[in-house]
Amino acid sequence: MNLHEYQAKQLLIQYELPVPKGVVVHSVEEALLSVNSLSTNEWVVKAQVHTGGRGKAGGVKKVNNKEQLAEVARGLLQSRLVTYQTNEKGLPVNELLIEEPCEIERELYLGAVIDSSGPYITFMASTEGGIEIEKVARASPQKILKCQVDPLIGVMPYQCRDLAIALQLKDSETKQLTKIIMTLYNMFIEYDLSLLEINPLVITKSGNLLCLDAKMNVDDNALYRQNKLRELRDTTQEDERELLARKWELNYIALEGDIGCMVNGAGLAMATMDLIKLNGGNPANFLDVGGGATGERVKEAFKIILSDSHVKAVLVNIFGGIVRCDLIAEGIIQAVNEVGIKVPVVVRLEGNRATDAGNLLKQSGLNIIAAKTFLDAAIEVVKAARSLK
Amino acid sequence: MSILIDRNTRVICQGFTGQQGTFHSEQALAYGTKMVGGVTPGKGGQKHLNLPVFNTVREAVVGTEADASVIYVPAPFCKDSIIEAVDAGIRLIVCITEGIPVLDMLQVKHYIKDKAVRVMGPNCPGVITPGECKIGIMPGNIHQPGKVGIVSRSGTLTYETVKQTTDLGLGQSTCVGIGGDPIPGTTFVDILKMFQEDPKTEVIIMVGEIGGSSEEEAAKFIKKRVTKPVVSYIAGVTAPAGKRMGHAGAIISGGRGTAAEKFKVLEEAGVHTVRSPSEIGEMALKVLKKS
Repeated sequence: MNLHEYQAKQLLIQYELPVPKGVVVHSVEEALLSVNSLSTNEWVVKAQVHTGGRGKAGGVKKVNNKEQLAEVARGLLQSRLVTYQTNEKGLPVNELLIEEPCEIERELYLGAVIDSSGPYITFMASTEGGIEIEKVARASPQKILKCQVDPLIGVMPYQCRDLAIALQLKDSETKQLTKIIMTLYNMFIEYDLSLLEINPLVITKSGNLLCLDAKMNVDDNALYRQNKLRELRDTTQEDERELLARKWELNYIALEGDIGCMVNGAGLAMATMDLIKLNGGNPANFLDVGGGATGERVKEAFKIILSDSHVKAVLVNIFGGIVRCDLIAEGIIQAVNEVGIKVPVVVRLEGNRATDAGNLLKQSGLNIIAAKTFLDAAIEVVKAARSLK
Repeated sequence: MSILIDRNTRVICQGFTGQQGTFHSEQALAYGTKMVGGVTPGKGGQKHLNLPVFNTVREAVVGTEADASVIYVPAPFCKDSIIEAVDAGIRLIVCITEGIPVLDMLQVKHYIKDKAVRVMGPNCPGVITPGECKIGIMPGNIHQPGKVGIVSRSGTLTYETVKQTTDLGLGQSTCVGIGGDPIPGTTFVDILKMFQEDPKTEVIIMVGEIGGSSEEEAAKFIKKRVTKPVVSYIAGVTAPAGKRMGHAGAIISGGRGTAAEKFKVLEEAGVHTVRSPSEIGEMALKVLKKS
C-alpha cells in the first residue's frame, strides 16, 4: 500500500523530523483560506497522487501570490495527472499539499529498502538528490552510498556518521542526519514499511536539513497489524478492476492485450502470459485465482476479465493439484452460463480427474474449447482471438 | 538418495488440528510420509488422525523424535511458530503459509543464520521426495521417483514442470518449492548445492521468476560450482515493470529483476534456458541424452 506525500509527512512530524510547514486542501476556497496560517507569501503547490514524476508533469508548482494560487489549485484539483510512471488515464488529484518554500543549498537523496539479497534493511544516500534515483543508479552506481543494517541490532550512529562523511556534510549537518536516519529506521520497523524515500533531503541556506518530499510504501502482508495506516488507504488512486479483484481475493493486473487469462498460482499465471505471447497473442491481464478456485470465485474472475472490452477470448489454465478438476469444470460451466460469456473460452485443466473434467466441458454445449496440454491451450486461444478480429 | 527428506524423515505438523493442517496431514499420511504427531497449543494430550497432539514443539520433539516440521498456522503467528521449531531443535522447517510480513522473515532469517536448521518457504508448496516423503500441499500423484532435481519459486508452475518430467519418464529425485516471498528461508543456491552433491540427481531444473536477484546469485554459483547440467525457465517475460505479479517477490523495480536480464546471466553461466514453459521437460530430456 502506498501513502500520499502529505500522509508520510504527517508521520514524519509525529516523529519530530523536519518537514516544510504546509497545509492539505481539497478546494480552491480552502487553499486561499488555509495559506493564511503559513508564514510566507509565496507557496509550493503539490498534487497528491500515488506516482513519481509529478514535477515534470506539472503537478508541482511554485506560486507567488493568491491569484496564482487560485489558478493553479483550480487547474489541478479534480484533474487527472499523467506522468511518465502512470498510464494514459493518469491519476485523480483530490488533494493538494501547499507548503512554504525554502532556500536550497544542497539536495541529497536518502532512502531505505529491504534488500532481499542480504537480507538487510539498507539505507541508500546520494549527493544527487531531487532527481530520479534509478537513473543515478544506472549511470553512476558509485554515487549511491549504501549502509546495511542488521535487523537484530538496528542502525548504529556510526553508520550514519559514515554516510555523512561520504556525503561531505559539516559537523552540525552530520548530527541532524544521524537523528533523521535513526528515526527513519524506527519508523520503518514500527510501520512495516517496504520502501521509504526522502528525495530530496535538502540542506537549506541556513544549514538545516529538511525532508522536502517523502514517499512510503507499506508491506501489504503487515496491514493486519497497522490499524492506523490501513485507514490512510486512498482507493481512488487504484485501478477499479484491481480493487474489485482484491475484494474476491483474486490477484488481477490489467495489461494491454486481448486474451483474458485465468490461472491458479502466480508463477503459472506469468508462464501462461509468456506462452500466449510466444504463440503470437497478447495477454489482456494477469489473474491468479489462488488456491480455492471455487465456482463463485471463478465466476467473479470471469466478470472482471470481461469488463475489459478488448478481450476477444479467454484462457483458463488450472493445475488442479489436490482439488478435483471435475468440480472446477462444473464451476466454469456454471460461471459461463450465468455470466453469459460471448467470447470463446479455452480451458485447460490438469491434475486429479482431468479426463472427467474434459468430458464435462465438451458435453456442456457451450462455447468452450477443452485443450489437452498447456501448449495446445495457448495455441487454441490465440487462434480463437484472431478469428474474431 | 535424495535431498532434505527421505522415507526416514519424522514429520510433525504445527497447526495440526486446523482445517489446512488436518487436510494436508491426511494427504501426507496417505502418501506414506512418516507423520508422527502435531502441535496445537491448548490441545496437548489429545489424539488427531490417530497421532498425538502436543502443546509445544519441544514436547513434540521429546515425544516423537521428530526432525522435520510443516507449518500451516495463520500468517500473524508464523514468526513465533518458526522460532519455536528452531529452538526445539527441528532440523527442517517447511512453512507453507503465505502472507507473512516481510520484516518477520527478515528477523527469522538473521536468527537462524548460524544455526544448523533449514527453513523452507514461506509461501511455498513444500518439499517432496517421490515415493518416500511428501511435506507440503503438492499433489503426490503427479510425481515419480527419478533423476531430475527440481527447484522453483512457484507452486503450480512447479507442478507443471513435475508433470512434464513425469510424462517423459524422467521422474524426480526431490522437488523443492522455495516460495515466492522476497525473503525466503532457503535460496536457489542452497538447493543447487545439495542437488550437485546428490548422486541420484542427474539434471537440475530451476524455475525462476521476475523480481529480486536470487536467479543472478544462482547463475554465479552455477558457473563456479555446479557441474551437473542445469535447465532453467524464468516466468514473467510479459510482466510490466512496477506491478507486483501475485508473489510479493515478483516485481520489476528500478529496471532490475527482469526476465531478460535473468535469462542472460543464466545463459552466460552455461545454463540450458527455455523461453517456453511447455518445453522445460523436453530440454531436460535433451540435455540428459547429450551428457
